[in-house]
Amino acid sequence: MTFKTLARAACIAAVAATATAPVRAADISGAGATFPYPIYAKWAEAYKAQTGNGLNYQSIGSGGGIKQIKARTVTFGASDMPLEPADLKASGLIQFPTVVGGDVPVVNLDGVKPGDLTLDGPTLARIFLGEIKSWDDPAIKTLNPTAKLPSQAIVVVHRSDGSGTTFIWTDYLSKVSADWKTKVGASTAVEWPVGIGAKGNEGVAQNVSNTRGAIGYVEYAYVKQNKMNFTRVVNKDGKAVSPDSQAFQAAAGNADWAHSDMYHVILTDQPGANSWPVAGATFILMYKQPQDPAAAGEALKFFSWAYASGGKLAEDLDYVPMPAAVVAQIKKTWADEIKDSAGKSLMN
Amino acid sequence: MMVSMNEANNVDQAIMQGSEDPGRIVVTDAVLADEPAVGVSASRAGVLRRFALDDLVFHTMTRGAAIAVLILLGGVIVSLVNGSIPAIRAFGFDFLDTQVWNPVTEKFGALAPIYGTLVTSALAMLVAVPVGLGVAVFLTELCPHNLRRPLGIAIELLAGIPSIIYGIWGLFILAPFLQTWVQPAIIAATGNIPILSSLFAGPPYGIGILTSAFVLAIMVLPFISSISRDVFETVPPVLKEAAFGIGCTKWEVMRKVVIPYTRVGVIGGVMLGLGRALGETMAVTFVIGNAHKISNSLLAPGTTISATIANEFTEAVGDLYTSSLIELGLILFVITFLVLAAARYMLMRLEKKAV
Repeated sequence: MTFKTLARAACIAAVAATATAPVRAADISGAGATFPYPIYAKWAEAYKAQTGNGLNYQSIGSGGGIKQIKARTVTFGASDMPLEPADLKASGLIQFPTVVGGDVPVVNLDGVKPGDLTLDGPTLARIFLGEIKSWDDPAIKTLNPTAKLPSQAIVVVHRSDGSGTTFIWTDYLSKVSADWKTKVGASTAVEWPVGIGAKGNEGVAQNVSNTRGAIGYVEYAYVKQNKMNFTRVVNKDGKAVSPDSQAFQAAAGNADWAHSDMYHVILTDQPGANSWPVAGATFILMYKQPQDPAAAGEALKFFSWAYASGGKLAEDLDYVPMPAAVVAQIKKTWADEIKDSAGKSLMN
Repeated sequence: MMVSMNEANNVDQAIMQGSEDPGRIVVTDAVLADEPAVGVSASRAGVLRRFALDDLVFHTMTRGAAIAVLILLGGVIVSLVNGSIPAIRAFGFDFLDTQVWNPVTEKFGALAPIYGTLVTSALAMLVAVPVGLGVAVFLTELCPHNLRRPLGIAIELLAGIPSIIYGIWGLFILAPFLQTWVQPAIIAATGNIPILSSLFAGPPYGIGILTSAFVLAIMVLPFISSISRDVFETVPPVLKEAAFGIGCTKWEVMRKVVIPYTRVGVIGGVMLGLGRALGETMAVTFVIGNAHKISNSLLAPGTTISATIANEFTEAVGDLYTSSLIELGLILFVITFLVLAAARYMLMRLEKKAV
């Protein structure tokens, strides 16, 4: 008797749930880069609390995100490496940046505290090429005349998994060193001339702090949260800068977004006295003419909300929000480019 | 393994014979003796039909399960081969003997991961087989009775620890320990010995081929020791007592009686361990250093097939890159198959010799 009552109640509840489901807007679905996952998750939580609309984001990696959006299984894809404009045009996609982050070199050297050491691009490239093998090399000494540098072997630590972090790092080294560009190049994974590979930012961080004389590169958020031993880096204007949110914002603000083709801007080696030289943005990929315009419209509403009210949340997690001028430009792109099958803009 | 399969077959045959057992039908006939002849044969036929139907259902279900495994295996092979066709077309057999792994220029070769897989597994077995057998011998023959259960359970618990835990332990605890204490000592001690000095050359990274072989050894140890213990316990006491009776030492009893009697089972345990070592992914990824290089030194970083796939698959952009990773998977499949086939062949020869 009781069981029957329960079963009946369950049935009624199930029917009621299915009946009310279509009233609620469908969850927005996205997949891709792992680097922005924490902030997308945070935004999704806050957005759901305010609007009731959920976001389902799978952090499967940039490569996976590109594959998923091209297979049209998700409303948007996310990638740390911007797609080439030609590739975007061929597949009918547009891309836009959401937040800025960057790479920071971290070291493990006795008697050297965070920010004590200054390195420049060519020196970093030669270290990662294996040409500078010891910490008391003249190239490092010239940059740090006052520092006490031990005669210790340099242990290079790099990422073993493909990563947007690696893309930003190798892209910077390619811009500042012709040798690096021809011998190694820039990609999410490269053939490293020297060093040990570690999985994820946490793996690199762990290996650097375990190994005396080590140098590696990790996401800025990781440096800040773990108080890691970062070095200052000399930027394009010849100024040595420390990694902080102002330096990242400067790099994003000084970049020439307005004249970019499909926002194909890589924020490494940007001009400006305060610009951090190894910054990078993370990108969203969407179809110009989505199969499900309603879902795409919801996604745009979500990102529009994130640009307007998500800045504080991003800063809490040590991401840098996009400058206001860039956001205005992105919104114009949405209005001009993303349309339903009738050619009507989804932004209204 | 063979024994249990034979037993299963026997049981199977017994069941099949049972359904046609004339004894049962006699009983039915006796009960229904007063009924007209037509009714008797009808109910008898009905019962027989039911038996036949039961058997048919049972037979079909088990056969279906067996075929499902074959279909799955076939599907895996087909999709692996299909996925690796672009890489096979692009590199051919060069894939197997080149060391280059360059995602930028899209030149890929599998030699470094193949080398790393084989070397780490071989080193792991070199450590784990003697230790594992030693543990099994101690547990079955020498251990005081009140220690047997706790020790046995501890060994089996080792097998239950997820591999990621081994990886984290290897990276955070074992690697720094090896780097600070063990590796500098090894490097200093072997510095002047011709071959060993290059085998143990280079800066002490803490992680590398040797460290991952060591972690693998700990991971396969419980497989080898618990299976060996189980088969050691199957040795009839009369055999051992006879050997002790003619004055054999414990070592001689193990060497001449227990191990020859159980070698098939022991080899099975070792092969199971080797299978795990070859395919182990997470623990190795953490401690091997993930460098696509073959180096003389065992202290240097290297990589394995499964570690490479786990590291690079999510962010592999481009068809050739993905396809090369799938071909790596195919190679691992083939290596594992060859190892298992070799084990089967060895067991067959041993059995023939025993007969």
